[in-house]
Amino acid sequence: MQGQNKLASFETAVLPHLDAAYNLARWLTRNDADAQDVVQEAYLRAFRFFGGFHGEDGRAWLLGIVRNTSYTWMQQNRSAQLNTPLDDELHEVRSDDMTPEALLLQKADAQMLRQAVEELPVEFREVLVLRELNEMSYKQIAVVADLPLGTVMSRLARARKRLQQIFASHTQTEVLT
Amino acid sequence: MSCQIAQGLIHAHVDGELDLARSLEVEQHMQECQVCASAYRNQTALRSAFKDSSLRYSAPEGLEKRIRSSLRREAKSEVGRRSIDWRWLPIGALAFLLLMAFVVWRAVPGLRPSSDEILAQEMVSNHVRSLQLESHRADVISSDQHTVKPWFDGKLDFAPPVKDFSSQGFPLIGGRLEYLNNRAVAALIYQRQKHYINLYIWPAEQSYATGEVGTKRQGYNLLHWTNSGMTYWAISDLNGVELHEFARLVQEAQ
Repeated sequence: MQGQNKLASFETAVLPHLDAAYNLARWLTRNDADAQDVVQEAYLRAFRFFGGFHGEDGRAWLLGIVRNTSYTWMQQNRSAQLNTPLDDELHEVRSDDMTPEALLLQKADAQMLRQAVEELPVEFREVLVLRELNEMSYKQIAVVADLPLGTVMSRLARARKRLQQIFASHTQTEVLT
Repeated sequence: MSCQIAQGLIHAHVDGELDLARSLEVEQHMQECQVCASAYRNQTALRSAFKDSSLRYSAPEGLEKRIRSSLRREAKSEVGRRSIDWRWLPIGALAFLLLMAFVVWRAVPGLRPSSDEILAQEMVSNHVRSLQLESHRADVISSDQHTVKPWFDGKLDFAPPVKDFSSQGFPLIGGRLEYLNNRAVAALIYQRQKHYINLYIWPAEQSYATGEVGTKRQGYNLLHWTNSGMTYWAISDLNGVELHEFARLVQEAQ
């Protein structure tokens, strides 16, 4: 596939997922200008690798590249936030962790929720964003984040738990001040 | 279902990732377990909080345009690069193997027909063709060696020895020009009763003499030898003994 042919089929298959790509990059980099750079770079990479794409799930394929490009970008620009490796076996979500104050979430407004999500470690943030905002299935998330299906499930559970904790602490702080 | 199992499945349940049977089990458990029921409500609340569209970012104005133009540049430079297309790799590899096989075939004498074999095949074809039509048999028809020998003058870059052996029972019929072994050669025609003999002569590549070598092909007897700087090939449907006798006459006449 060469030139105009390739360009046309690429634009048809991949360009419609621009919003999804930008959403993921924006949440991972937490910055508009960086997200735009990442997405543009990811599209170029996707175009170069388009020969290896065989018309499966174009969105998951693209988002996988956006995710990897974001990680590369973060490594080059602020490596500190990637330095906390996650151990998925630790911190199992246990029933007694589910405290009633998590119910405060029901009163959440978007601004507070956004802030809480941005505070999450990037590994939690990505599965949560892919699930809640890009509305992907566990299977698609596994493809995008290159994780086993079981890890997707446990990470998502822990991400939500962590989010509730952050959210609860914010709300309490607000109440106290 | 225990609480521990239910807690593990609640997220999958909220996300609609459980099959129907599993979902029903979780539902049933939550009717009996307040802790799990409240955990479920929390997750549902969280999920609906995310439904707020302001959390979902859309690509800003101009990004799509920038991407489109950078893709066009990339597509152009790709055409310019004519990057290696790895789909051709197997064909390239096959071509390379064939080439190597050919090189080996050329280099190892046992694997290819020797030049003598190729020449013998050429002789047989030429001999058969010369007998198909009487007019093909000879360009100069004469039993006189003093007529035939001068006829070759100026037609060849060498002077073939021409002898008539009528008295020994092998009369000279005539001569003609042939192109064999990638060069112009002299062909002399002799007769033995009803049999014709073609004797091909050209300058030898090597200076030393070699003895007679005989082969049989398609019912024809072939004899070839080298002496006095000339290579001789005699071919006929004559029996081997008489052809050998003819060869001796030619060699003794030198």
